[in-house]
Amino acid sequence: MMATQSHSHGSDTMNTQAYFDGDRPLFHLPKEPHHPDGHSTMLGFWIYLMSDCLLFAGLFATFAVLEHSYAGGPGPKELFELPLVALNTAMLLFSSITYGFSMLVMERGKKNATLMWLGITGLFGLAFLSIEMHEFAGLIAEGATPQSSAFLSAFFTLVGTHGLHVTLGTIWLVTLMVQVAQKGLIPANRRRLMCLSMFWHFLDIVWIGVFTFVYLMGVAQ
Amino acid sequence: MIPDPFPYTGWLFGRLSWAAIPIHEPILIVTFIMVSIGAIAVLGAITYFKAWGMLWRDWFTSVDHKKIGVMYIVLALIMLLRGFADALMMRSQQAISFGSNHGYLPPHHYDQIFTAHGVIMIFFVAMPLVVGLMNYVVPLQIGARDVSFPWLNNFSFWLTVSGAIITMISLFVGTYSTAGWLAMAPYSGKMASPGVGVDYYIWGLQIAGLGTLLSGVNLVATILRMRAPGMSLMKMPVFTWTALCTNILIVAAFPILTVVLALLSLDRYLGFEFFTNVNGGNPMMYVNLIWIWGHPEVYILILPCFGVFSEVAATFSGKRLFGYTSMVYATIVITILAYLVWLHHFFTMGSGADVNSFFGITTMIISIPTGAKIFNWLFTLYRGRIRFDLPMMWTLAFMLTFVIGGMTGVLLAVPPADFVLHNSLFLIAHFHNVIIGGVLFGGFAGINYWFPKVTGFRLDEKWGKRSFWLWVIGFYFAFMPLYVLGLMGVTRRMSHFDNPALQIWFEIAAFGALLIAGGIACMIMQFIVTFKNRKQLLDTSGDLWEGRTLEWATSSPPPEYNFAFTPVVHDRDAWWDMKRHNYQRPTSGFEKIHMPRNSGAGVIIAGISVAFGFAMVWQIWWLAAITFAAMAVVGIGHTFNYNRDFYIPVERVREVEEARTRELETA
Repeated sequence: MMATQSHSHGSDTMNTQAYFDGDRPLFHLPKEPHHPDGHSTMLGFWIYLMSDCLLFAGLFATFAVLEHSYAGGPGPKELFELPLVALNTAMLLFSSITYGFSMLVMERGKKNATLMWLGITGLFGLAFLSIEMHEFAGLIAEGATPQSSAFLSAFFTLVGTHGLHVTLGTIWLVTLMVQVAQKGLIPANRRRLMCLSMFWHFLDIVWIGVFTFVYLMGVAQ
Repeated sequence: MIPDPFPYTGWLFGRLSWAAIPIHEPILIVTFIMVSIGAIAVLGAITYFKAWGMLWRDWFTSVDHKKIGVMYIVLALIMLLRGFADALMMRSQQAISFGSNHGYLPPHHYDQIFTAHGVIMIFFVAMPLVVGLMNYVVPLQIGARDVSFPWLNNFSFWLTVSGAIITMISLFVGTYSTAGWLAMAPYSGKMASPGVGVDYYIWGLQIAGLGTLLSGVNLVATILRMRAPGMSLMKMPVFTWTALCTNILIVAAFPILTVVLALLSLDRYLGFEFFTNVNGGNPMMYVNLIWIWGHPEVYILILPCFGVFSEVAATFSGKRLFGYTSMVYATIVITILAYLVWLHHFFTMGSGADVNSFFGITTMIISIPTGAKIFNWLFTLYRGRIRFDLPMMWTLAFMLTFVIGGMTGVLLAVPPADFVLHNSLFLIAHFHNVIIGGVLFGGFAGINYWFPKVTGFRLDEKWGKRSFWLWVIGFYFAFMPLYVLGLMGVTRRMSHFDNPALQIWFEIAAFGALLIAGGIACMIMQFIVTFKNRKQLLDTSGDLWEGRTLEWATSSPPPEYNFAFTPVVHDRDAWWDMKRHNYQRPTSGFEKIHMPRNSGAGVIIAGISVAFGFAMVWQIWWLAAITFAAMAVVGIGHTFNYNRDFYIPVERVREVEEARTRELETA
């Protein structure tokens, strides 16, 4: 007879034997198959992240084309302060670790510890953003504005777009903290925290690319 | 530096002033009056029939993929009228504007018309047409109750509408872009185009593009996660396969459009130097980036139509589709190759023989999977019992027309030939040949094929056939002369000609455009006559065409939950297989059904985005800030709504299904 309890929906590896009654094929399920709420969310969010990744790919490609178009102005060697950027990188990497901690305690159902680690993550995110703003302000004060050369246009846009993502991530983080505080670690909130987790780590990976290709290789040239 | 026609007047109105209202352009004033009368009539009728509540509850806020699909197609058909009005103006201008006669459209106006025509036809006709068909049909074909993210689907649709509205506003407030449908830099930069036209272009497309991207994510997740049990990937209907590939293309191409429009905005609003000719900017980078999105875009449009033709060819030949596996692999190969050909749009950039050869060859290779598809359709027809209903007629017209367009495409793929034909009317003839012959004919085949499913009655044949013949013959009259003119060296986007020998060809093309106008008029008649005679055209079987796929297994129109019981799939042609096994529709044992709940958040955010786009175009910064904040507040507020689903009670399901049982007994 029918085995409705264990069919994986839409998978190629499903047990097709379950859909026969002896030799006779069955053409509908007598019971509604169980779709856990939001069972597509992780995949959907992952697909969105890949499209976001292509957005960054476009910006990286643009930067690669324009990275030597200094228009007679300063280049990476004169502009970038690697110690500051290293500190900034550390902030973002720490924030990923603390986000990981919050997911670990979430798995064990500890609401307050989850909130605490999320809060620490948010503070690291804010530290990252502050250092980035400080760096941008310094560059603009030196006269290295995004309007002064195509290289700087591409630099500010690539790094700024990443910063914008971190800003959105931080707003999202605060929103989720309020929602977890209100409703607890219900499945919907866990799912949302998982999505933000992917988003946060994704931004970390993009930053590794920025740090390597924009800063390190820029200064090394 | 060209002076800005709309200088900044102050913080309150930004660049907006009375100069933005084109009172000195009689054509626009007449259009405005006609559109206003039409709008007042429609709004008045809705108010008179007290339909606002119904529209808001049942349509605008609906998360039902079927209703959203219908709304997409309505949007496409409305915008087709606008885009076609532009086409008629261009054809008539070019037919008369010779020698001392300069026609009735000044160049500045003419340039806006060809830009608006291209943008509207691609983004607001062809896109909503294919997205609408996919939205309606895919969940039914895979036996699902809805898409993966129903609210997101509603939001995506309204963002598309917002983009269309922003584009339409430019007709009466300010001007539209004169830079062509891809707004090539550096012409689209601040230096050469200081007005508001390119800004309208940017914000209209940026907002609509976001909607398209989100709907792409949604449909990929839906197809991968929501298929009925038993439906492995290689048992999916071909239309669903093409929808999967199209949406993968959307997810992988639209971010690049977002990037390139954002960079152009930074150039225009903040004086960045991406695509300028000074300070290291590189205009050719714009051309590359826009075509890295733009080429996949044309496959985004055509692939679902290939899917429609596959369904129609099999159904109306009474046969299984020939070469299903090769059809699937051809679709996948086209999907991949779509990313490897963008440079063929500008061989004249001068990237050298090696690069041009690479892109010329990849372009020619695309004709192999496409040719395989044509042969598969032909072999499907071979020895079939062909029924010449309207969907089949459109399919046959497509096969003839598309082969011609495809072959001229291969001609253009040869770089030396392209150097001669680049930017000529030959190119215009080619892409209209494949877009009208492929996408529009596919859309019309799909509309005629699935209309009975959507409404429960079929479309009137007589007016449909009149429309068909006028469209097809009109197409050949309108575009074959452009091939001739292109070979003679006539370039695109001209509002005036000196050589009188060319005039006859433009007159023939204008005659063709008139025939197409007749085709559109007959199409409108077809809908009106259908609505009048809907009693006689009724189909109670739910399976009017003796269909093969699951959408025909349910009633027409389908209940909101699509299927009372989740179907199980054993064969590619699932419904055909069920019929062959004498499947008996269950009449008892119903259960309550879990469904998503309607929400107004999507239409509200999208509505605010129109104001935001308008404020950005006119640089009314306070309004832009307020509307941006408002979108964020409504968006975040929406995430606090956890109550997003409900159960259709079993009594209601039983009631609907018993009515269906009675209907089938009397049929």
